[in-house]
Amino acid sequence: MGLELTTTRLEDAAKWAKQSALDRASNWGRKFSLFTYPFVTACCGMEFMSVAAPKYDLARFGAEFPRFSPRQSDLLMIVGTITEKQGPALKRVYDQMTEPKWVIAFGVCASTGGFYQNYHAMPGADQVIPVDVYIPGCPPRPEQVLDALIMLMDRIQAGRGHSQLRDKREQLIAHAPANEG
Amino acid sequence: MSAKVLDALKAAHGSAIDSVESQHGDAIAWIKRDQLLAVATWLKNDPAMAFDSPVFATCIDRLDWRPVDVPPGPPSYPATAAWTEDHPRFEVVYQLRSLKHRHRIRLKCAVPEHDARVPSLASLWPAFNWQERETFDMYGIKFDGHPDLRRIYLYEEFVGYPLRKDYPKEKRQPLVRRDDLPINPIKAPGGHR
Amino acid sequence: MAAPSESSASPPARPPNEPGRSLKQLVLGRRDVQDLSDNEQELPSELMTVNMGPSHPAMHGTVRIVLTVDGERVVASDVQPGYLHRCFEKESEYATYTQVFPYTDRLNYVSPMINNVGWAMAVEKLMGLTGKIPRRAEYVRVIVSEMSRITDHLTCVGASAMELGAFTPFLYLLKCREWLYELLEKVSGARLTHSYVRIGGVSKDLTPGFDADLTLCLDQIAKVMVEVENLLNNNKIFRDRMAGIGALSKDDAIATGCVGPIARAAGVDYDVRKDYPYSIYPEVEFDVPVGTTGDCYDRYLVRVEELKQSIRILRQCLVQIPDGPVMVDDPRVALPAKQATYNTIESMIRHFKHIFDGIKVPAGEAYAFVEGGNGELGFYVVADGTGRPYKAYVRSPSFVHLSTASQLIHGHLIADIVPIFGMINMIGGECDK
Repeated sequence: MGLELTTTRLEDAAKWAKQSALDRASNWGRKFSLFTYPFVTACCGMEFMSVAAPKYDLARFGAEFPRFSPRQSDLLMIVGTITEKQGPALKRVYDQMTEPKWVIAFGVCASTGGFYQNYHAMPGADQVIPVDVYIPGCPPRPEQVLDALIMLMDRIQAGRGHSQLRDKREQLIAHAPANEG
Repeated sequence: MSAKVLDALKAAHGSAIDSVESQHGDAIAWIKRDQLLAVATWLKNDPAMAFDSPVFATCIDRLDWRPVDVPPGPPSYPATAAWTEDHPRFEVVYQLRSLKHRHRIRLKCAVPEHDARVPSLASLWPAFNWQERETFDMYGIKFDGHPDLRRIYLYEEFVGYPLRKDYPKEKRQPLVRRDDLPINPIKAPGGHR
Repeated sequence: MAAPSESSASPPARPPNEPGRSLKQLVLGRRDVQDLSDNEQELPSELMTVNMGPSHPAMHGTVRIVLTVDGERVVASDVQPGYLHRCFEKESEYATYTQVFPYTDRLNYVSPMINNVGWAMAVEKLMGLTGKIPRRAEYVRVIVSEMSRITDHLTCVGASAMELGAFTPFLYLLKCREWLYELLEKVSGARLTHSYVRIGGVSKDLTPGFDADLTLCLDQIAKVMVEVENLLNNNKIFRDRMAGIGALSKDDAIATGCVGPIARAAGVDYDVRKDYPYSIYPEVEFDVPVGTTGDCYDRYLVRVEELKQSIRILRQCLVQIPDGPVMVDDPRVALPAKQATYNTIESMIRHFKHIFDGIKVPAGEAYAFVEGGNGELGFYVVADGTGRPYKAYVRSPSFVHLSTASQLIHGHLIADIVPIFGMINMIGGECDK
């Protein structure tokens, strides 16, 4: 069958990560009811506050309420610079979140490190955890954040978030003998 | 104003001072290392001085100090007077201010590299507690008598003192990385040190 | 109307062989509540170690506090900053003097213009340009600084109120902040991290019609502040949670190096704008609010009053601002005009040298300080004659204030850490540099 189970590249995912009607329905529900965990560290936090404020309302997208517990949230927004000292904390928070979970790297510091290329700022949060959507900008405008959120919602609907693909891959591996036969 | 402070300091503790200078409106006094605590105590308690407010404590690493001749502009100030080629590598700098008399002073203490120790002023001004920890973290200067000298900004596993001039800016010492990174410095042969 | 006679003096003696009693003792490991006699009011307890942070909403995401608590009361604490240490000093040793401006923006990122002005003042002191900045440039610097100070206080009060459960003032204050961000974006090009000030002046002049926009904005902010004060000032919940919490005495405030609203709330009458006036602050009239008890409620009141004084300064500046250039006419610092850059070789070379090599600052050292949103923000710059700083140290008020946090939360409940931390206004970028 040629399941390419070792990669989560989006182009390859189209070949094996097929969605059932139940998948599509549950993803539709998930994308409109995201509970964010704002892992706020730095200046981008100010723009996150602006995005949540009435002018660039985040509540329209259903992602209004932050849940400051990893167990109760499904969207980890890494807002601001991640440093090497913060790395273990970030990894632990991500590991504690329950599946399915998505990650947005908010700001260029969380995406690639920005203009902080030094001994303490990590060159991007994706050194530690897999990221679904990157938002460049220092800090990004709130409209960019909303654009990224819509992009993430499209990805959730298509079932292409990293954790959804992992989940699908595990399901297929678990049922592989049945599939092969 | 700064001249008066320097004169009073020279009168009271002339033997402890290596040199004095004045730059851009600030009085700078170079103090011998072993007399630093005595001079600082006098500066805090003497009623004419009354330096009750700590401003900052830091360190300058003079390893790469090669000042360039600049054509004189309006006005031009000389480089720090006490610096010579065989001068110790580090200068520990303390800035103090008096709220009552509205004067400031900067104390400097030359510290050689092989014996990077300075008496701690944290007992006199609690603000220097964290600032001396930061100087230790960044430059490796040990403060004798500090109640709790450990790293403050960086994690304990960090090796080296990053603000020294011989520490490369981009030398990372990561604590954690993903397992499936294409270039994983933690897994590189020999580690990342 | 005889009350039923009940002897409630001491609990009735329990029979020693009550069924299940020994099992309960075995399981619970302690005596039952009813067995405690009257003079044993407290349940025996041990000290617990609890970790708050570094990812915690009330810690502003960047500080870890390891608490030792006795029940809910904090007995000892170890505050650990450094989770946002972005190496400002090391980066600035590799950047030219003008390239350091974006790094300074991200120090106190709720009042970025003030950091820019501080850095510019430090380098100008080294170059001997302190009194020579054009007056219009000084007025523009003060206008944008005071706008940044207003955004700082709006964010601090709003975030603290939200952490105490008052969500409405947060939204109102963020609405005001949006208006200011729009104006600052018109002037500098960016909402938050402006990099607007340059050594020798500011990079661009104010936009036409700016004073009408700002006046309208200030009128509306004043109205919103009236609403917010009605919601918070005499609100019983707010006062109970803030008054008497985290008190700092005047002597402690001076000895621990506190400055800004925290020191002023404790009674220390120190404001850099009044005591060591810089720029055009001697020409504007404003008052400096000073509190009495130094608790969180005083800090809140001091911040709100400072906000109103900033509005007052802005109104005066808009009236008094003169016309003129916004950059000093000194070829050592100023970029040449674009027409000259594109058409004459000397100006192009000068532009090239300024951008690539940086402004040549004579060797020496200087310490310049401004009144930031949190207090005295100072830059200690050591220059060596090249276009890059040899050392650029930031005297950050948040770092000093965070060092007092351990003392402030001692003896309070865990829930009191939230208003104390909020009112310290520890900005991670400034604290950890």
